[in-house]
Amino acid sequence: MQAVTDNVFRALADPTRRAIFERLTRDGEQTVHALTDRSGVSQPAVSKHLTVLKRAKLVRHRREGRETHYTAQPKALEPLVDWMTQYGVFWRDRFDRLENLLQRMDK
Amino acid sequence: MTDPVTTHTLVIEREMPHPKEKIWRALTEGKLMEQWLMTNDFQPVVGHRFSFRAMPAPNWSGVIDCEVLVVEPPERLSYSWGALGLGSVVTWTLTPTEGGTHLRMEQSGFPSEEGNNYKGAKYGWQKFIGNLERVVGGLN
Repeated sequence: MQAVTDNVFRALADPTRRAIFERLTRDGEQTVHALTDRSGVSQPAVSKHLTVLKRAKLVRHRREGRETHYTAQPKALEPLVDWMTQYGVFWRDRFDRLENLLQRMDK
Repeated sequence: MTDPVTTHTLVIEREMPHPKEKIWRALTEGKLMEQWLMTNDFQPVVGHRFSFRAMPAPNWSGVIDCEVLVVEPPERLSYSWGALGLGSVVTWTLTPTEGGTHLRMEQSGFPSEEGNNYKGAKYGWQKFIGNLERVVGGLN
């Protein structure tokens, strides 16, 4: 589970990859060519980014003739949202501990 | 750069029956911080780089890299919070109330690891997080 989360984090820590992923989420399935045209980076760079996204299971691909089509897999984001929730849990717990400490400081 | 980025923020607030000076100590004295937060080498000096150390987990050293950003005793304290390749900013605000202090913790940002210039990044991490929650929320 942690390894999956780690891959998702790594994949999305890069703004270009985030942009690619956002585009796939927003606009649906795209070919590598279409993604390259609007990304401002070279096709090999886009392919490399897609490989990282694929490893994190954030995208899926299928081949059709010479073209590879990519689709976003937003479900793979769940660990990230869980992580945000976990931070909420983390800080609430720390607040409890802080209150405890403040009471002890009186003594 | 002043790109309009909608910030994703986690806010936790609590009213505490203690004076703010006392809470400030718990927030800024390393030994006290260790008792409720994590072991650390914090110093209340702007620009000081320090780390929090939690229990290491698989794929995570347990180290949170931080830098002190704001020290305004006993009202405002802020430090960057870098863990798992993602940075954010933690800000504490203490406001006196009738019965003690209103303590507010805000963790915001979640920029990319490309550095501190995330405000200039075309796709702000904060904005992204906001979007992804919507995306994930729509899954079920």
